[in-house]
Amino acid sequence: MEHVELFFKSIFIDNMVFATFLGMCSYLAVSKKVSTAVGLGAAVIFVLAVTVPLNWLLDQYILKEGALTWLGPEYAEYDLSFLSFIMFIATIATMVQLVEIIVEKFSPSLYNSLGIFLPLIAVNCAILGGSLFMQSREIATLGLALNYGIGSGIGWFLAIVAIAAIREKIRYSSVPPALRGLGITFIVTGLMAIGFMSFGGMLTGGDDAKKEEKKEVVISEPVKEEVKELQKEEDTKEIAENTKEIE
Amino acid sequence: MGLLSKKDAKLITDPFADNNPITIQVLGICSALAITAELKASLVMSISVLFVLGVGNVVISLMRNIIPSKIRIIVQLIVVATLVIIVDLVLKAFAYELSKTLGAFIGLIITNCIIMGRFEAFALGNGPWRSFLDGIGNALGYGVILIIVGFFRELLGAGTLFGIPVLGDPIEKTGLYAYGYENNGFMLLAPMALIVVGIIIWVQRSRNKALIEEH
Repeated sequence: MEHVELFFKSIFIDNMVFATFLGMCSYLAVSKKVSTAVGLGAAVIFVLAVTVPLNWLLDQYILKEGALTWLGPEYAEYDLSFLSFIMFIATIATMVQLVEIIVEKFSPSLYNSLGIFLPLIAVNCAILGGSLFMQSREIATLGLALNYGIGSGIGWFLAIVAIAAIREKIRYSSVPPALRGLGITFIVTGLMAIGFMSFGGMLTGGDDAKKEEKKEVVISEPVKEEVKELQKEEDTKEIAENTKEIE
Repeated sequence: MGLLSKKDAKLITDPFADNNPITIQVLGICSALAITAELKASLVMSISVLFVLGVGNVVISLMRNIIPSKIRIIVQLIVVATLVIIVDLVLKAFAYELSKTLGAFIGLIITNCIIMGRFEAFALGNGPWRSFLDGIGNALGYGVILIIVGFFRELLGAGTLFGIPVLGDPIEKTGLYAYGYENNGFMLLAPMALIVVGIIIWVQRSRNKALIEEH
């Protein structure tokens, strides 16, 4: 259950593009045609599935506070987490290079379709972001880390294929000249992100039930107005907090 | 501008408008959108990028003749990562709360395309002084957009600027709220960042027709 939940959460609710804006640069640059978008999306899934578990191991056994205990009890106090940026990015850069070499050797056809995108991906923020969020969300096991990597990869894939399809169609509509290209892409992405926010309720059914209970406490008419106002306040606060969490 | 020749001054002023890294070069979008719900976070992010890009450009430019071109990406990543670690540790030491809010996004400066983009496009082919100016100019252009977006999102979304209420008190109904004004909580949510940037691009391109794309 935990796995299913994390999987869907990383695809829809914490979608890399729409909720955290990761990998926007390549998302905007390579989304003019569906076919190239599919290629890049597939490459992102692949690389995320490799690097997130790998960086999880790195974090768990080398970087975290007390992670070096396996070397001996005297290493228990070491905290190398300040090195995580440099270690993660080095892992990603080398892995991408390695994957490129292996794919080229064993599957030339796959290399032809993914090949040109692989070097691009080393500096895609979605990849490093995947590892950094994996670290900050304290994902517990290697299996979950793999799950998270694949899930967020699929989320990114969905997003780029969807925007590419929209951009192919939008070419035939009369967009105001100043909005053409980049501007309209931003606004469409914004609208898609609003759509994806509706998935947010998927896993919070329990919270809504609690809220309703709260509302029933209202007692008399004159107090009602005040309570409503207060609730509004609470709601805006909650929204603000939620956005902070998301970001 | 007595210090700078005309050509050098252009390096700083160009990225503000006609060659803005975010709205024209489409670089560094991720962080621009993710952390702009508050003006304070936008400002800190801009300063961090200013530091990393300014110093990084100089370092890369000084090393440009000894970096083998095949491994230049890795060298660049290491330089940026080191600078970003410095920024991260400084923030943790002096602005812990803020560094919590920014969270992973400080780390993501490493893969901010604006940095790699300027290294590749400018620092590898120019001397340290000009690279420094280019770095500062682009970071400022980036910061301007961040601050504009942060300004509107915080003002309309929470009625505050830098956390200080400017439109009156929404609970006690003072200031604008006395006339029935309400905060638009939607502005604080992620999608509005995209739409605000979209509108900035729209305004900019309507003013300068030369920037309009064919399709």
